[in-house]
Amino acid sequence: MSDSKISIEEYLSQDERKDLLRFLTAGSVDDGKSTLIGRLLFDSKKLYEDQLSALERDSKRVGNAGAGQIDYALLLDGLKAEREQGITIDVAYRYFSTNRRKFIIADTPGHEQYTRNMITGGSTANLAIILVDARTGVITQTRRHTFLCSLLGIKHLVLAVNKMDLVGFDREVFEKITADFHAFVAPLGIPDVQCIPLSALDGDNVVETSARTPWYDGPSLLTHLETVKIEGDHNLTRFRFPVQYVLRPDLDFRGFCGKVSGGVVRKGDEIMALPSGKKSRVKSIVTYEGELNYAFPPQSVTLTLEDEIDISRGDMIVHPSAPPQRGRHFRTMLVWMDEEPMDASKSFYIKQTTNTSRCRIESIDYRVDVNTMEHIAAERLALNEIGRAVITTSKELFFDPYAENKPTGAFVLIDPITNNTSAVGMIACAVDSGDLHADSGLPVLDLPALGIGAEHYDAIERAVRSLERQGLGIKVVR
Amino acid sequence: MTETYSLSHLKELEAESIYIIREVAAEFENPVMLYSIGKDSSVMVRLAEKAFAPGKVPFPLMHIDSKWKFKEMIAFRDNYARQYGWNLIVESNEEAFRAGVGPFTHGSKVHTDLMKTKALLAALDKHKFDAAFGGARRDEEKSRAKERIFSFRDQFHQWDPKNQRPELWDIYNARVHKGESIRVFPLSNWTELDIWQYIRLENIPIVPLYFAKERPVIDMDGQLIMPDDDRLPAAWRDKIEMRSIRFRTLGCWPLTGAIESQADTIEKIVEEMMTTTKSERTTRVIDFDQEASMEQKKREGYF
Repeated sequence: MSDSKISIEEYLSQDERKDLLRFLTAGSVDDGKSTLIGRLLFDSKKLYEDQLSALERDSKRVGNAGAGQIDYALLLDGLKAEREQGITIDVAYRYFSTNRRKFIIADTPGHEQYTRNMITGGSTANLAIILVDARTGVITQTRRHTFLCSLLGIKHLVLAVNKMDLVGFDREVFEKITADFHAFVAPLGIPDVQCIPLSALDGDNVVETSARTPWYDGPSLLTHLETVKIEGDHNLTRFRFPVQYVLRPDLDFRGFCGKVSGGVVRKGDEIMALPSGKKSRVKSIVTYEGELNYAFPPQSVTLTLEDEIDISRGDMIVHPSAPPQRGRHFRTMLVWMDEEPMDASKSFYIKQTTNTSRCRIESIDYRVDVNTMEHIAAERLALNEIGRAVITTSKELFFDPYAENKPTGAFVLIDPITNNTSAVGMIACAVDSGDLHADSGLPVLDLPALGIGAEHYDAIERAVRSLERQGLGIKVVR
Repeated sequence: MTETYSLSHLKELEAESIYIIREVAAEFENPVMLYSIGKDSSVMVRLAEKAFAPGKVPFPLMHIDSKWKFKEMIAFRDNYARQYGWNLIVESNEEAFRAGVGPFTHGSKVHTDLMKTKALLAALDKHKFDAAFGGARRDEEKSRAKERIFSFRDQFHQWDPKNQRPELWDIYNARVHKGESIRVFPLSNWTELDIWQYIRLENIPIVPLYFAKERPVIDMDGQLIMPDDDRLPAAWRDKIEMRSIRFRTLGCWPLTGAIESQADTIEKIVEEMMTTTKSERTTRVIDFDQEASMEQKKREGYF
């Protein structure tokens, strides 16, 4: 619990103030990743006795560790089929805490065919730990994992050089590996990179710094995880509030629920609603506990406005001084997640913030070879392939480049027939529609031409709005 | 006062859960919140109240009553729903109940299958719910650690761990065909300690059985079972003794073991939890049926 004895009340009030670090672990099958995580959980005393005794029982049956040794990996491999194969095949989440912080680990596998899982685990991570085996150093998979981290915009990276015990804790081995890694990582622009020599099996530099690496003056892995600064990782400059839900309990209250996805909003701020462009002021920032003076990411709040303006789910509230980009055409990095390869003639649903729309993939600039970072000409993408693509949506989206603000720059593509999440993407920039063979493609409902009475217009408008929420864009002429 | 822009872990988890709950209310036609009356359900219900304050929660609560729940749980459920204005649906497998199915006569496996899993699936079909919130946490059990927050179920309500939809950032794929559904787990990232800490800070009402008190119990093969009605088989009736006990999880009374404890406040419960050596599911009899049994039950549709 703690170095010195404290009362449970003190413990709880300390615990209450801890913040949360989400991190990803990536490595090849034999890098000892599961052993490292098992060690972190074990040494932070999170393992309960009965989990341990179940572990001893399982180790006897299917364990891959030697006789008499606890196989830490078995703690982590949740599903039966995977245990029998002796590999983890999907993202598994683990939880532990220390006196300083709470942690969520997304444990993802390192095999080539599972880029999809690493992308999934990494999308919410503040930090990534990339494991390498000290005997083999930086290999193709290390490069791939690092590239994927940079693609996801993970700002903090740890290169964990594991199995140092098997190279006699040789400083030169460590320095050669870190030099190789730095040479590779520098052009990717990841702001914070820390390299740590360790032995997950023996525990060197995992929780405590090790006497066996006197030449290493950096922190242990756990100390680094406890102290790395993450407050600045959210974009606090440009206010973005995608409206999630409109709350109308009675005629006097009309609130717009959502998550602050960028910037800071204050009571009294002038705001603008998109797409309408109508302006108002923030009357109150409502929560269950009462009103706030300001709100910031990733708080979920409800805004009320001074004026009655028409806003619905999928709209975005921003500061008029810092509007997002808007458009129907943009260039993206696309990761294909579906067993079924891309069919460029198909249209997809695109979900970005709280907005669902239809879209099609206009063209693919290139595919990236994740092992060499080379750009390769491609007509389409298949499972686990990453490429730069131009997308056209059926209605205008409000976005920022992913590199500037993740929540408004990320999207997923959903297959309209299978409903699978076919691809995920990160917006790079808007594309001028003049560059495309443009046609809006939207069906038009010309109400006067159809001889529909004006008294029905509002009802039709509402029906069209609700279809739009499901991604069916229709243009209404009144 | 200077402004700060960081959240405590609990406030961050709360914000995430509220976002998930609102997303379901906005994207689905007919969602429901499954309510087990346990401490996690109590937190989930409060988060739903928070998500739509000052308005009312736009979906009902549903409790699957196995007919073997502790009486205190049922009283708590009805009081809470009345006090906070919830629309409460209660469903049971009446047919199996009339046939006399219960854990003592049919064993835990048959009882759980008929009175919980089958009852749940029938209720979901009956009301045509297209999304169902559950209070499961990923830290509870190994197979849950790999499940998505939006967990797709086919028309038979089955989970396929090999065929989960990728789930990135906070963008949840809510699209289903008719008859298919999504189970949604807004507490996925909460730990047991987070739940207690939150109950403490937010003063969330929970069933009194969580707090230690002198209660009648029987030691049945190492599990401390509290007889809650006259369906206790005669053979056990003279084995009842009074002990100070509490429950770490709540379920059907013959299937939920108590622990000996003096912890009658949340602080004492947390202290006991921090220093104890057993995790909470050890008092759940159903987990011990076979290795990976929870995974099996999840595949069949029981959470």
